[in-house]
Amino acid sequence: MSFKRIREKLNILADAAKYDVSCSSSGSKRNNTKKGLGDSSGMGICHSYTEDGRCVSLLKILLTNHCIFDCAYCVTRSSNDIKRAAFKIQEVVDLTINFYRRNYIEGLFLSSGIFKNADYTMERLISVAKKLRLEENFNGYIHLKSIPGASDELMREAGLWADRLSINIEIPTVSGLKLLAPDKNHDDFIKPMLKVKNEIIQYKAEKKVFKSTPKYAPAGQSTQMIIGATGESDKDIMYSASHYYKQYAMKRVYYSGYIPVAEDNRLPAINSQVPVLRENRLYQTDWLLRFYGFSVQEILNNKHPNLDIDIDPKLSWALRNLHHFPIDINQADKRTLVRIPGLGTRSADKIIKARRFRSLNWDHLKKIGVALNRAKYFIICASNQWERQDLEAYQIKAFILQNSQSKFRNSYSSQLSLFN
Amino acid sequence: MKEAKILIYDGSFNGFLTSVFKAFDERIEVADIQKNSLAQNGLFSDTETVFTEIDKAKRVWNGIQKKSSYAIKNVYFAFLSESSGIEMTLYTYIKKLFSPIDMVHLNFSDDTILKINQLAKSVGREKHRMEAFVRFQLTKDGVYFANIEPDFDILPLVSKHFRSRYADQQWLIYDVKRKYGLFYDLNTVEIIRLDLQNISTNSIKENSAFTSDEYNYQNLWNNYFKSTNIKSRINKKLHTQHVPKRYWKYLSEKKQAV
Repeated sequence: MSFKRIREKLNILADAAKYDVSCSSSGSKRNNTKKGLGDSSGMGICHSYTEDGRCVSLLKILLTNHCIFDCAYCVTRSSNDIKRAAFKIQEVVDLTINFYRRNYIEGLFLSSGIFKNADYTMERLISVAKKLRLEENFNGYIHLKSIPGASDELMREAGLWADRLSINIEIPTVSGLKLLAPDKNHDDFIKPMLKVKNEIIQYKAEKKVFKSTPKYAPAGQSTQMIIGATGESDKDIMYSASHYYKQYAMKRVYYSGYIPVAEDNRLPAINSQVPVLRENRLYQTDWLLRFYGFSVQEILNNKHPNLDIDIDPKLSWALRNLHHFPIDINQADKRTLVRIPGLGTRSADKIIKARRFRSLNWDHLKKIGVALNRAKYFIICASNQWERQDLEAYQIKAFILQNSQSKFRNSYSSQLSLFN
Repeated sequence: MKEAKILIYDGSFNGFLTSVFKAFDERIEVADIQKNSLAQNGLFSDTETVFTEIDKAKRVWNGIQKKSSYAIKNVYFAFLSESSGIEMTLYTYIKKLFSPIDMVHLNFSDDTILKINQLAKSVGREKHRMEAFVRFQLTKDGVYFANIEPDFDILPLVSKHFRSRYADQQWLIYDVKRKYGLFYDLNTVEIIRLDLQNISTNSIKENSAFTSDEYNYQNLWNNYFKSTNIKSRINKKLHTQHVPKRYWKYLSEKKQAV
């Protein structure tokens, strides 16, 4: 094969695929059988990190960037004047295998622009995955994009070869979608999602009866939303995220700060800043919902439709609910412990184990790794000092901000700096 | 009063466990446990050389494992950290394990227990890093070859990972610092000791030991790495936090192409 041509295609089609943020390669439980190639039974591995600090674990490319749709937020929209290219199926297979053998990647993340129609595109994606599994005996991770509007039969087949399927909802609100992607239909996104969810449930049930039932998308489904393209509130985003977690049993919802790719008066101007900090706060909220037992209404509601930018969402919740505190570190159960700002699930586990041997004091907590600069206002432990001394919420916040060094500080500090 | 002794062992993990066995068995007051390559005579204590005995080492291993499988992992990982004085910290840790207190290995308010946990965690982190950062290069003999230079002696820990992942290709991972490697011949993984002189780092110069396609694929990977970066989100600090500079010389994506 001609490496020069492949390099050109790879540059175009990797560049176009990079706005999809999903990089997960875990949760698949696909063992290496019959001395084949690859194994994705363990945890995911980030093989490298790009200079923007994002993980590289999968070969993330488009099959082609030819597309019949003209969605304003998308770099491959049909009206955009860019170089177009398309991989042959065998070329993608060869690239994946050769990268995998050199331990560059965990597997393939294949997406595509939509050419001809949804089913034709979906079929091509499936044949890449099928070829890798059957001809190359490949047990690495495969993430395929579900193409909006693809038929149920194809979605059923896709899950047999892929570890994860995803379809990007992109715009959190239906009205936003109408505005930015007028030729796309909201239902076209929902249909494949629903099909995959039902198949997963069905295959799981069958697996309980017949051990030989094949795997169906063992790493589940995920989706992605663009943040800051249509003026939606954090509440809109997180309510719709928790809707997808509940209704479609999503493994992950990803949030992607909008990166201006086009001059369009419906969108933020080109060169406007990527909302990375807001994105970070949304991910923190997502974690609170999935691992810390918070409900979305506790964090975002009509009174607080947006997250604080200067402090994390858990701290912000705690300051609004001071009546729950202080919490006794040596008594509280795990569910209560993880609600304390500055204390994560790991430290909570360690605390519960260690306190069986003695009552813990500030020193122990510090060594265990609790972020005391935040936590100290909300806890009591085996010590006479209690930091809060009946402070008001705004005072606590001021103390914490004063004594912490956030890398984001410049982006929210309203104080003018004197010397520059 | 019994006199404290310094135990000298051969530097292997089994040798260390044998010393622990001996100390328990003969009720020795241990002043220190030292590798024979680094041994120093104490002014006031006797030294005694311990010969590695696999069955004695095994008894200690099984004894700790019976207490907790979590603890045995911690002991092994922390030992591989090669940190100075690790033997005595581990000895204290093992003594605590065999004390009558139940589940003592979870007492994170105890300094020794916490220290061993943290060391084991650092070693575990580097093990995981090496599973990520190994970059194989295909030699003309059909062997996928990689150099590594880890801070800790993690090669024994990654063997299983690479064996189950690359079951259908021959590979060799060589630790440049400790001068030994793991070689998989499609059947088993063996430890081989060799002293490679020409370490192939990331230099632009091509090495004739590798196939010509090898450099084409490295070039593709290097290109992919660049085009998947989003310039408007640049965050070099985060980048070097995840990929510390000391590992760069073996990463083909960090090679500056001509």
